[in-house]
Amino acid sequence: MAKPAELNPDSPALEVKTPPTSRETSKLAGPVTWVDDRIGLAKLAGNIRKVFPDHWSFLLGEIALYSFIILLLTGVFLTIWFKPSMAEIEYAGSYALLRDVRMSEAFASTLNISFDIRGGLLVRQIHHWAAMLFVAAMTAHMLRVFFTGAFRKPRELNWIIGVGLFSMGLVEGFAGYSLPDDLLSGTGLRFVDGLIRSIPLIGTWAEFFVFGGEFPGTLIIPRLYMVHILLIPGLLLGLISAHMALLVYHKHTHWPGPGRTNRNIQGYPFFPIYVAKAGGFFFIVFGVTVLMGAVFQINPVWLYGPYNPSQVTAGSQPDWYMGFVEGAIRIMPNWEWHLGHTTWSWNVFLPGVGLMGLLFTGLALYPFIEAWITGDTSEHHLLDRPRNAPVRTGIGVAGMACYAMFWLAGGNDILATQFHVSLNAVTYFMRVAVFVVPVLAFIVTKRICLSLQRADKERVLHGSESNIIVRNPEGGFSEAHVPLSQEEAYTLTRHPQPKALVPNGVKVGRVRQTLSRWYADGQVPKPTAAEVAEAEHHGAIEGGEGDERVLEGSDSGDAH
Amino acid sequence: MSDKELDLPVPDPGLEEHPPRFTDVDPAAADRSYRQIVAMLAAVPVLVIAFLVVYFAVPRDAELILFGSTFKMQTTLLGLTAGFATLLIGIAAIAWARSLMSDEEIVGERHGAASPPEARERVLADLEIGIDASAIRRRKLLGTGMAGALGMMLLPAVVSLADLGPWPTAEERAKTIEKTIWAEGVRLVTDVTNVPLKATDLVVGQLVNAQPENLEHLEDSAEYQIAKAKASIIVVRMDPNSIKIPESRRDWQVDGILCYSKICTHVGCPISLWEQQTHHLLCPCHQSTFDLGNSGVVVFGPAARSLPQLPITTDAQGYLVARGDFTVPVGPSFFERDSLKDFQEGDR
Repeated sequence: MAKPAELNPDSPALEVKTPPTSRETSKLAGPVTWVDDRIGLAKLAGNIRKVFPDHWSFLLGEIALYSFIILLLTGVFLTIWFKPSMAEIEYAGSYALLRDVRMSEAFASTLNISFDIRGGLLVRQIHHWAAMLFVAAMTAHMLRVFFTGAFRKPRELNWIIGVGLFSMGLVEGFAGYSLPDDLLSGTGLRFVDGLIRSIPLIGTWAEFFVFGGEFPGTLIIPRLYMVHILLIPGLLLGLISAHMALLVYHKHTHWPGPGRTNRNIQGYPFFPIYVAKAGGFFFIVFGVTVLMGAVFQINPVWLYGPYNPSQVTAGSQPDWYMGFVEGAIRIMPNWEWHLGHTTWSWNVFLPGVGLMGLLFTGLALYPFIEAWITGDTSEHHLLDRPRNAPVRTGIGVAGMACYAMFWLAGGNDILATQFHVSLNAVTYFMRVAVFVVPVLAFIVTKRICLSLQRADKERVLHGSESNIIVRNPEGGFSEAHVPLSQEEAYTLTRHPQPKALVPNGVKVGRVRQTLSRWYADGQVPKPTAAEVAEAEHHGAIEGGEGDERVLEGSDSGDAH
Repeated sequence: MSDKELDLPVPDPGLEEHPPRFTDVDPAAADRSYRQIVAMLAAVPVLVIAFLVVYFAVPRDAELILFGSTFKMQTTLLGLTAGFATLLIGIAAIAWARSLMSDEEIVGERHGAASPPEARERVLADLEIGIDASAIRRRKLLGTGMAGALGMMLLPAVVSLADLGPWPTAEERAKTIEKTIWAEGVRLVTDVTNVPLKATDLVVGQLVNAQPENLEHLEDSAEYQIAKAKASIIVVRMDPNSIKIPESRRDWQVDGILCYSKICTHVGCPISLWEQQTHHLLCPCHQSTFDLGNSGVVVFGPAARSLPQLPITTDAQGYLVARGDFTVPVGPSFFERDSLKDFQEGDR
C-alpha cells in the first residue's frame, strides 16, 4: 500500500493558509438564481461536492457506462442508413464482388453503410467494438464487485439490477449481431431458432411467434431491430439510471485503510475533480474505441456474403460473450427423449436456455445465499480484500474457471486444428473439464488466499523485508526487517473474519451450520493485540531498528 | 459485522497525512503541466481540421498500406484523426485534474441506508391514514375488484399478441415445418447453378450440394428462404459394397448414390464437411457427425437423430429425381415431433 512521502517541514506548501473569509458574490449568482427560482436547482443538484473514493478498480463500471453512451451515439448514426427489411433485392452498390447478388435489403444497406456512406464503416466498427467492450466491462465490473464483497447489504438490490443489465446486454448484443443478415449472423439466428424450438411443451409455439411462422420468414429482422433499438435500450437506460441512483444514495464503497470506516467515506469531491476525471475518462474510452474502429477490422460482413440457409463456414462462432453457450451446446451429450409422439430436446435446451438461466439465477441469488450462510445482517461499506474471504473468492474463481471451460469448448474445432489434436478428444476432455476444473480452481484459490493471509500476519508481526543482508560474527546471514507503519499494520488487521454460526438461542438448521462451518473453515486467525504488542516489544529490545531473521532455518521463530 | 464488534489489534491511526504533489511545491512544474495540457487541447482543432479534409478530399476507394496491411484510407484516417482528438480531450481533462486541481482528499459521512425510525413510522402512519381514508377497509370489494379488473386487463394485452405468428397446430405443422417442397418426380439440381443431376455425373466418393428443381420458381417470393432452409440436400456416391443399406431403403438409392437432408438435426446448420474415406459428414457448427454409409446415424456430437434420407430414383431421361418428400421432418427437434419414425442403428 502507498506510504506517505517524507515531508519537508520547510516546504511552503505546508504553511497554514486560511481561506479568504469574505467571499465576493459569485459571478454565477445571476444564472443560478434564475434557474433556481424556476426549478429549485439548488435542491435538485444536492451536494455537488459529494465524495467519491479513488481506485483503479472503480473504473470498470465507468467503462461499461461510457461504452453504452458510445453505442447510443453511434447507433443513432447507423439507424439513419440501415433498412431492417428482409425483402430480397439485387445488390447494385459499389462493392464489385457482390454486385447483382440477391440479398436482403438489411444486408444491402449494411454494405451501403460500409462502402458508400463516408465514415459509415468507421461508425459500424466503433459500434461493434463498443458492444464488445460494453459486455466485457460489465463482466469485469461484476467480478470486481463480487470479489470485494461490494454486493453485500445494503447493495443487494443494485447487484440484482446489475445482473439484469448484464443479461440484457447479452441479448442486446445478440440482436444487433443478427441485424446485418449476413451469412454468419444468419447462422446465429438459425441456432436461436433451434434453441427456441427445443423448449419443452411450448417450443414450437414460441418459434412460430418469434419468427412469425417458419424460419427464417420475413419478420425476424424487423422485429429484432425494434428489440435492438427501442425495447432493450429503453430497459437498459431505465436500469442504468436506477443503478446510478442507488450508487449515489448508498455512496461508493471504499477499500480499508487508515481512517476509513463503515461510517465515513474518503476521497475527492465530484465537482471539480470527478467532473474532470470521469468526464475525461469518457473521452478516453471513446477515443480508444474510435481508434479501434479505425485500425482493427471487425465483422467484415462483405466477406461472409448474404445469408443463405444452405451455406455455412467452418469456424463459425458467435461474438465472444455468447461463446460459453456455444461451447455448452457443442460438448453436450446427445440426450433426447422420444416419448410417444413428442420430442424432448435436452441436448439443446439444457446447455442453451438451461445454462443461461442457471448463470443469471445463480448470480442474482448469490448475495442472499452468502448472507444466509454467514448470518451477516449488517451494512458493509468497506470492501473485503479477496484473500480475507477465501471461500467467496474460491467460488468466484471456480465460476470463472467453469465459464472459461465452456467458452474454450466453444472453439473446440479451432483448438483441434491449431494444436493438432483430435476434435473428439477435445470434446470429451471438455465434458469432464467443465466439472473438474472449477473444483480444482476452488481448492487452489482457497489455498492461495490462506497463504496470503499467513503472509499478511507474518508481515504485521515481523515487519517487512528491508533488502539489507547482515552477516553476523558467526558467519551466518540474515535479513534485517523493518516494522510496518501503523497505517499498514492497521490496514492488514482491520478486516472481519468469517465465523461459523453457533446456535445461540436461535435455531440454526443443520445444512446451514455445515455450510457456515465450511465458509469459515481454515481462516488464519488475525494477530491479536497481545501478539502485536509482543512482536513490537521483541523488535524494540533485540533489533533496535529492525527485527533480524536468519535466512537458513527460515522458521519464523528462530530469530528471537 | 459493525465496527464495534470488530476487534482491532492495531488501533486506527486516522487519516493519512496529505503529501503535496510536485506541482504543488514547484511552480515551474505546475507551469510545465499547464503548458502540456493547453498544448493537448490546442492539438484538437488541428486534428478536427484534418478530419474535415479527409472527409471531403480522400476518395472512397483509396487504400492505405501500413505495416503490410491494406486499410481503407478514408475509414482509417477519419478514425485516427477523430480518435486522437477525442483521446486528447480525455487525457487533458485528467491531467488537469491530477496535476492542477486541488487534490486535498475530503471526508464525508455515511448514514445507514435505512431512513431514521421516525420517518419510517411516519410513512407507516401515513399509509394507515391513507388506507382508512380510502374506505377500502370497510368496503373490501373495492380492493379486490380493482385488483381483479387490473389483472383482467392483462388478458387483452397478452391475447393481442396471439397474432405474432400462425399457430403451429397439427394441421399447420403438417403444411410447414413437417413438409418440404420435395415431391415425387422433382429433379435434383446442383445448388447455385441449378443443373439437373444424372446418375452418371457422380463418381464414387463425390459429394454434391443440391436443391429441388422447383426451388428456383420461388426465387422472388418470401417462401424462397423458408423452402431452402428445409429442402437443401447433399447427394453422395459411395461404393455400394462398402456401406450398409437397410432392407427398407434398398430402393431409396441409385447404384450407391444416396441423398440426405443437408440440415443438421441438432440446431439446423447446413452440413457438408465430407470425410470421403469414412463416409462421415461433419457439421461445422457443433461438430455432430453422421455416418452416410449407415443411413445417416449419429456417430459423434450433440445431435440426437439421424440425418433424414430422401428416397431417390431416376426418371426416363436418367436424371435423379425424388420419390417423394422426406419421410420425417427435417431440421432441429421440436416438441410435437414424432421422433420414433427416425432411422436408428439396427433398424431394417
